[in-house]
Amino acid sequence: MTARFLDDRSEHLLRELAPQVLGVIIRRYHDFSDAEDAVQEALIAAAMQWPKEGIPDNPRGWLCQVASRRMTDHLRSELARRRRETAVAAELDYLAPAAEMENDAEQDDTLILLFMCCHPALSLPSSIALTLRAVGGLTTVEIANAFLVPEATMAQRISRAKQSIKSSGIPFRLPTDEERKQRLGAVLHVLYLIFNEGYVASVGPQFQRLELSSEAIRLTRGLHHLLPGDAEVGGLLALLLLTNARRKARTGPNEELIPLAKQDRTLWDQGEISEGVALITATLAKGSISAYQLQAAIAAVHTEAARAEDTDWPQILALYELLKHMSNNPMVMLNHAIATAMVKGPSEGLKLLTVLDQDGRLTGHHRLDAVRAYLLEISGDCSGAIEHYRLAAERTTSLPERNYLLTQVGRLSERK
Amino acid sequence: MKYILLMTGTKEGVDAYRAWSEKDIQTHFAHLTSLRNDLSKSGEFVATEGLGAPQQAKVVRAGKDLAPITDGVFPEAKEFVLGYWIVDVDTAERAYEIAARISGGPGPGGIRLNMPIEVRQIMSRVSEEMP
Repeated sequence: MTARFLDDRSEHLLRELAPQVLGVIIRRYHDFSDAEDAVQEALIAAAMQWPKEGIPDNPRGWLCQVASRRMTDHLRSELARRRRETAVAAELDYLAPAAEMENDAEQDDTLILLFMCCHPALSLPSSIALTLRAVGGLTTVEIANAFLVPEATMAQRISRAKQSIKSSGIPFRLPTDEERKQRLGAVLHVLYLIFNEGYVASVGPQFQRLELSSEAIRLTRGLHHLLPGDAEVGGLLALLLLTNARRKARTGPNEELIPLAKQDRTLWDQGEISEGVALITATLAKGSISAYQLQAAIAAVHTEAARAEDTDWPQILALYELLKHMSNNPMVMLNHAIATAMVKGPSEGLKLLTVLDQDGRLTGHHRLDAVRAYLLEISGDCSGAIEHYRLAAERTTSLPERNYLLTQVGRLSERK
Repeated sequence: MKYILLMTGTKEGVDAYRAWSEKDIQTHFAHLTSLRNDLSKSGEFVATEGLGAPQQAKVVRAGKDLAPITDGVFPEAKEFVLGYWIVDVDTAERAYEIAARISGGPGPGGIRLNMPIEVRQIMSRVSEEMP
């Protein structure tokens, strides 16, 4: 909504300041839920007033002041209500925030807020919505539009998420060293999911739809800025950039999916590629290796090939072997099977798929069928490929994927 | 995950419904309203609509130059979509639970209708890299 009133510079400034201002208000009033509402109102006030009156000299101070005023109004009416109901004596001191206001003005609580919004006590959809609002500074309407649900539904989801934070008593501080690794993992997972949600072909007249992928990159960039030495964060940022770089090449004019091997590589975004490659090179040089880093490294190897047939598959295979040892994730095993097929031939890849059949975790999953279909196709088994493309098409819950898989069925049937 | 829950019925069923008592109709609507409120509170509600009477339904096919040819005579036994709910839920089981609540809405004398509710997942636009 704010985008309608604000130019890009003010919009950017507001969104950068949102979590910082929220941190100040929480520290002052000790109530995350109400503070979050007050900051949201301050952001909307800024979106209305700044275009007319210009950006104030101290935009952060302006927002803090407006949000504090909202907070005070809210507390005053809350107190009046309680006094009416229970005749409790007024504690007016409570309403007057101490003058420490300026001291905390320099502290950046964005990191604490991210940990809070992505706390494992919240469901993933709640974490996603709350992160976008409290840390991303987006309005409820914008988030609702991005997920194609009514505004009231999204508002309800956000308020339930805040309720869970309140009832589980999550403190407003950074996690302890012991919790930290796991909690950071949860934050990165939420950012990754936000990116994926936005990694879609533009559909219909949805030009006002918020770019969730860009938002995820912006938030991850912010996190990387706060934790520059963290290899996992740098790895995720590199992965998102290198994936996003292929966005334009990923779909055709009718929104049909184009697989990596058939993409027009001149459409890849060279700016994002060089930023991603530089990042991954820098984090790998630091020694420690994480799953996001390896995925980013694999994406980087793909970008190095000018043509699909120049892809350095042995190197990709080596990276998947490392990843496989690290994560015991069946999706990694599946991608490892593809890389194996590309290096050692399709029958070696198909052998690894039978291991996955026995593993059982991907039973009935469309992606196992899609990969099997592909490997059968390159091994020359046309009818086997058709059968599994068809099964995959039946099992996927993604419309573009179904269209793609049925197109493969059609292509192979003609060849037969 | 979004699901659409489709309520279907026949012309005969709709005619029978038109003969319900005032109290039965009110009880039925109270059931649906409370469902709607619960879905809003849980943050799962996306949309719900009721459709026009089957008696008004037309089937359209393209004629020459895409001119519409309408066809309005259907056998009594034909199933019509009467209305739908779209919900955004975490699991398929939750969608079934909501469908059962619609299905078990009270009919004449407060007896559960147990109408069949068709549950279909709405396909996502998000896709992964294809092999």
